[in-house]
Amino acid sequence: MNSFAESILMGGYAFYVWTAYGIAFVVLLINLVLPVLQRKQFLRELALKQKRTRQ
Amino acid sequence: MSFVPAPISRFFHRMASPPHFYCLTNKLLPWLTVIFILLLGYGLYAGLYLAPTDYQQGDSYRIIYVHVPAAWMSLFIYVVMATAGAIGLIWRIKLADIMVICSAPIGASFTFIALVTGSLWGKPMWGTWWVWDARLTSELILLFLYLGIISLYGAIEDKRSASRAVSILALVGVVNIPIIHYSVEWWNTLHQGPTVTKIDKPSIHIDMLIPLLVMAIAFKFYHLIALLQAAKVELLKREQNSQWVKTMLESET
Repeated sequence: MNSFAESILMGGYAFYVWTAYGIAFVVLLINLVLPVLQRKQFLRELALKQKRTRQ
Repeated sequence: MSFVPAPISRFFHRMASPPHFYCLTNKLLPWLTVIFILLLGYGLYAGLYLAPTDYQQGDSYRIIYVHVPAAWMSLFIYVVMATAGAIGLIWRIKLADIMVICSAPIGASFTFIALVTGSLWGKPMWGTWWVWDARLTSELILLFLYLGIISLYGAIEDKRSASRAVSILALVGVVNIPIIHYSVEWWNTLHQGPTVTKIDKPSIHIDMLIPLLVMAIAFKFYHLIALLQAAKVELLKREQNSQWVKTMLESET
């Protein structure tokens, strides 16, 4: 086990390791957030359409 | 489908019924998310902190904990997608078609992550971002297959014909999967051989292996969550004129 500071520095490979984790994190996050936003927007549009047809 | 026992057949038809699937998904998602976060938390902690430094590669090897699980997922999702494609083509199950098109972006994401993290690992270890060797090239072809499936689906107006076309393309692309897997054995490449999947004796220390397996399971849960979230949107779009969507919308507003 290393000290916390050593872990951040990654033995000189900090750039490569953290860039790899950072890119992976962003890409995976987009895949989770996007469908939730899309669903909310779609349901909003659908509700609006339904209200319009009822009137 | 007379060769399938009636209770099993009934189970599948109930599962594949859109309102039932939507309802079940809503119940499952919170649990899946909790398990995913716990696994991811422990996997990252163990991989980045607990696992010992590699005697040859220093700390750069820690990229393995995203790289290898992502690469495994890129293959796994493709097989799931092609299987769903076959089911959709044979039995015309709407949900299977949805699974195919919702799998593609997630698979493409994992393939992209595998390639980019591999590149970031290759630079300090091999001295180059990229080589045209068998493993890297076949994985790049996998990315193009995923992107091809996404754009083919987008290019065809009628979504039922689009699903059929995409499923056929997915099935044809399955030949690439064993090529990727065995590429490091069939060809002499810069990419290292398998270290984990050697059944008799994995050539990786147990303290390094455990975080890898935890991350792999975490990614499996991630895949389930992302797939179900995407499937919900696609299902709503396709079923927007059906009664259960209208009822659900009225009860919510």
